[in-house]
Amino acid sequence: MSPAQELEVLQKRELQKKDESTIPARVFLPSTDIFETEDALTVVMEMPGVDREHADIAVEDNVLSVAGRIDFSKYEKMQPVYTEYNVGYYRRSFNLSPNSFDEHEISAEMKEGVLTLRLPKAERAKSRKIPLR
Amino acid sequence: MVLGFVDPFDALFRFQRALDQQLDSDWLENATSGVGSFPPINVFRHGNDFVAIIEMPGVSKNDLALEVRRNAIRISGNKAIDYGGNASVHRRERVAGRFDRTITLPVQLDPDRVIAEYRDGVLSLSLPRAEGDKPKAIKIN
Repeated sequence: MSPAQELEVLQKRELQKKDESTIPARVFLPSTDIFETEDALTVVMEMPGVDREHADIAVEDNVLSVAGRIDFSKYEKMQPVYTEYNVGYYRRSFNLSPNSFDEHEISAEMKEGVLTLRLPKAERAKSRKIPLR
Repeated sequence: MVLGFVDPFDALFRFQRALDQQLDSDWLENATSGVGSFPPINVFRHGNDFVAIIEMPGVSKNDLALEVRRNAIRISGNKAIDYGGNASVHRRERVAGRFDRTITLPVQLDPDRVIAEYRDGVLSLSLPRAEGDKPKAIKIN
C-alpha cells in the first residue's frame, strides 16, 4: 500500500448573506463539485451530518438552491475541549443557464453526507454533431 | 460551556461560538498529526468520558479503519471521488485521497468500551475513560 498522502482539509466557508437572516446562527457553504457529461450536469455537495429528511432542494427562476439542516441536539451536555471545525446549517445556490435543463427530471441522492444532483440537459441544449458535407 | 436548550437557534449560535473558542486549543498538546489535515476532528467532554466527532463526507464505511489504544485513536482510510469517464469538470472543491491520522489524548481510555458510529458522513467515537483514570473525590477529614 502506498504511504498515506497528507490530505489538506479546507476550513468551512461561511455563506455571505445578501440579506440579514432572522437567526444569529452561522450558515456554511457545502464544498461542491460540478461536472458535465453529454446528457447531464451533476452537482455534488458535501453536507456532513445532514440526512435525507433534512435536505431541501429547489429550482426556481433558473436558480438551484440547496439547504441542509443538522441535528445538533446530540451535542447537548457536551463540552468542547478541542475543535478543528464548526458545525451549522448549510445553504448554497447556483444560477443555471435558462432553458438548459429539464427541471422535472432532476434527480437527487443523499449518501454518507454527500448530496448528488443530476440535472438532465434539455433536448435542445445538448450538443449536436454537425455533419460535414 | 454546557448547552441548555431554550431557544434552539440561540443555542446553536452559542454552541458555534463555544466551538470557535476551542479552535487551536492546546488540549491535545500537538499530539495530533497536524491540524489542517483530513479528516477534521472535534473532541468533547461528556461527563467523565470523551466523545470525538469527525466529519468525513463521502467516505464509505468499508474504506474506513479504526484502531484504539489506551490513549490514542488512529483513523485511516480512503476517500474516493469518481467523476465518471468523459466528464468535463466545472468546479472542484471536494478533496479526495488516502488519509491516516492519530490523535493522542491526555487521558487513559478503556479500549474495550469504545463505541464507533458512522452516519451521514459523520463518525462519532464514544471514548470512555479508563476506570483507574477517573477523578476520585477526596474526603477531607
